[in-house]
Amino acid sequence: MAKLVPTNETILVAGGGISGMTAALEAAECGKHVLLIEKSPSLGGRVSQFHRYFPKLCHPTCGMEINTRRLKANKRVHILTMTEVTAVTGTAGNYTVNLLTRPRYVNENCTACGACAKAVSSEIPNAFDYNLGKIKAAYLPFVMAYPQRYVIDPSIVGTAEGEAANAACAHDAIDLDMKPESFTVNVGAIIWATGWQPFDAAKIQPYGYDRFTNVITSVEFERMMDPSGPTGGKLLRPSDGKEARNIAFIQCAGSRDRNYLKHCSRICCMATLKQSTYIAERYGDDPDAKVSIYYIDIRAIDRFEDFYQKVQADPRVTFIKSKVANITEDESSGDPVLHGVDTEGYHRYDNRHDLCILAIGMQPSVRAEEIATGMHGDANGFIETNDENGAIFAAGCAGNPLDVNRSVQNATAAALRAIQVVNRIAAAEA
Amino acid sequence: MSDRRMAVGNYRNDFLKEVEANVEDGEWVKMCMQCGVCAGSCPLGPYWEHPPQEIFMMIRAGLRDDVLSSESMWMCTSCYNCIVRCPRELPITHIMHGLANYAHRLGLAPKMNPTRRFAKLFWNNIAAGGRANELKLSLGLYFMDGFATGIKKSLQMLPIGLGMLKTRRLNPFGLLAGGNCKDRKGIQAMLKKAKELEDKRKGFA
Ligand SMILES: Cc1cc2nc3c(=O)[nH]c(=O)nc-3n(C[C@H](O)[C@H](O)[C@H](O)COP(=O)(O)OP(=O)(O)OC[C@H]3O[C@@H](n4cnc5c(N)ncnc54)[C@H](O)[C@@H]3O)c2cc1C
Repeated sequence: MAKLVPTNETILVAGGGISGMTAALEAAECGKHVLLIEKSPSLGGRVSQFHRYFPKLCHPTCGMEINTRRLKANKRVHILTMTEVTAVTGTAGNYTVNLLTRPRYVNENCTACGACAKAVSSEIPNAFDYNLGKIKAAYLPFVMAYPQRYVIDPSIVGTAEGEAANAACAHDAIDLDMKPESFTVNVGAIIWATGWQPFDAAKIQPYGYDRFTNVITSVEFERMMDPSGPTGGKLLRPSDGKEARNIAFIQCAGSRDRNYLKHCSRICCMATLKQSTYIAERYGDDPDAKVSIYYIDIRAIDRFEDFYQKVQADPRVTFIKSKVANITEDESSGDPVLHGVDTEGYHRYDNRHDLCILAIGMQPSVRAEEIATGMHGDANGFIETNDENGAIFAAGCAGNPLDVNRSVQNATAAALRAIQVVNRIAAAEA
Repeated sequence: MSDRRMAVGNYRNDFLKEVEANVEDGEWVKMCMQCGVCAGSCPLGPYWEHPPQEIFMMIRAGLRDDVLSSESMWMCTSCYNCIVRCPRELPITHIMHGLANYAHRLGLAPKMNPTRRFAKLFWNNIAAGGRANELKLSLGLYFMDGFATGIKKSLQMLPIGLGMLKTRRLNPFGLLAGGNCKDRKGIQAMLKKAKELEDKRKGFA
């Protein structure tokens, strides 16, 4: 990574998910200098946490690798991981941004050999797996992490374990004296790509996410299906480790609901349709494998209609037009029992399943008004397109719940807007 | 009638408009997205002929007689579970009461529905004295279905009644005078005026 002295011809990209990476690359490949900052230890965001992604059901690592190659080849993108924006002041063409970098305790010398992890025995919750499993306190966030560099968790710094990790490193890559660093940069335009976070499922009281172990979220399910995930790719119920075969999906868990998120999160229908194919794939012709999708209406936006039709044609998948009213737990088996009334005939049901997956809604990771004073956001905090936002442009899910395809289009548009701003500055200064 | 006019007739939403104009909170009916959470959340749901979700659809489908003569709205116990959970914040409880009241005013509500009969009893009781008269109300309720059942029910309830007397929750002279609010006449005048206004607005006058 090249050293970079940011100026007001530099573009800052906050958030290194698919949108931030795309925006950074598009701008840099047009000749602009870009500072890309990411809060977590590696790039890729939520997409890297998927098992497969729709519509083609390919592995996200593939698309990610293309982007990391582009990044490696580009001298104009300067990447700072474990870094967050703490304050933004200024106007279009002239922003002052305060940044804070947390210590990784591992420097560029790291070869990702893993000797430090072997020397350490304590474990921490694995954030990459939504805390479903544990990971060593000296860790690589995930196999394909970029940068390929370990992290030492602060919990072992200053302990014998931290020293053991240090001693095990043959490359002089561990530096336990690293401190949090605050610094200030000057940039011309900002692309805000901090993406989304899952709505807090525990708030949907009638579904008992916080009370019933076999009620999980779609993002957790995504990790469970990944061969390198917490269950090794097996669909094991959290309560008893039994393989779950009779699976329920509840759509609009948090979305389109004035008690929770008012908006339609847009991708949850497609996410569920995708995830139903995982189950079909895993269990083949197993007659016990069943998927029930409880929905208000299926919104498989535009060209995904054929994907929907394919899933509809699968005899293992049943669609039940009903928003589930509440869930109870069968005490002896731990099975979630879904209660409600369907809309096609008004039949009352009490359906027992092995596992229930909440197709959880999306909300912005950072709300518009938290970014800088005067930023315009909608009622749910997604950044709005508004001239008064100056040269702070949303990319991807920071502005709207979008799928990857649309996030990338949107990020490219944001890059173009930012390029126009810094071009104006360059022209004025020439 | 031409085929086209008949087809159009099938889609007339006169009844929805009537509900919007005359039923308390009726203008919310069109906001229902048929998700079914109200129906599934109702503790008395299994006993309803048509859960609220279905009633809303029936209104939109113009099934005027079926809706207004239904026992369903009378099943609502005002637990408010449906209002709390409705993703669109429809005031479902209030709409149910509004529909029941409208059906009653039109004389279309099921005559022998116990909730309707009790509601009438309660209203007459409270309107007469400006305050509920517990003794008259409960006796009225017990004797609603005739003298013999009245005696039976009263005897069944006797221990509770005595307990209430002892703890001064029941006025023993309630059958005679007393227990009325101070300005009974004033309240009655207010109720009369309110009814006049309502009747005028809803076209009952
Ligand atoms: C269950 C589920 C399944 C899905 N499956 C698919 C699919 O199969 N196909 C598809 O096309 N789409 C899918 N999506 C949608 C997909 O997740 C989004 O389109 C995509 O993640 C958008 O990328 P992004 O970069 O905008 O946001 P994110 O992926 O959220 O990335 C944001 C990045 O910003 C970082 N960040 C957050 N806060 C800060 C901060 N304060 N400072 C710095 N950095 C920060 C994060 O760490 C992250 O790296 C799915 C969504 C869900 C919920």
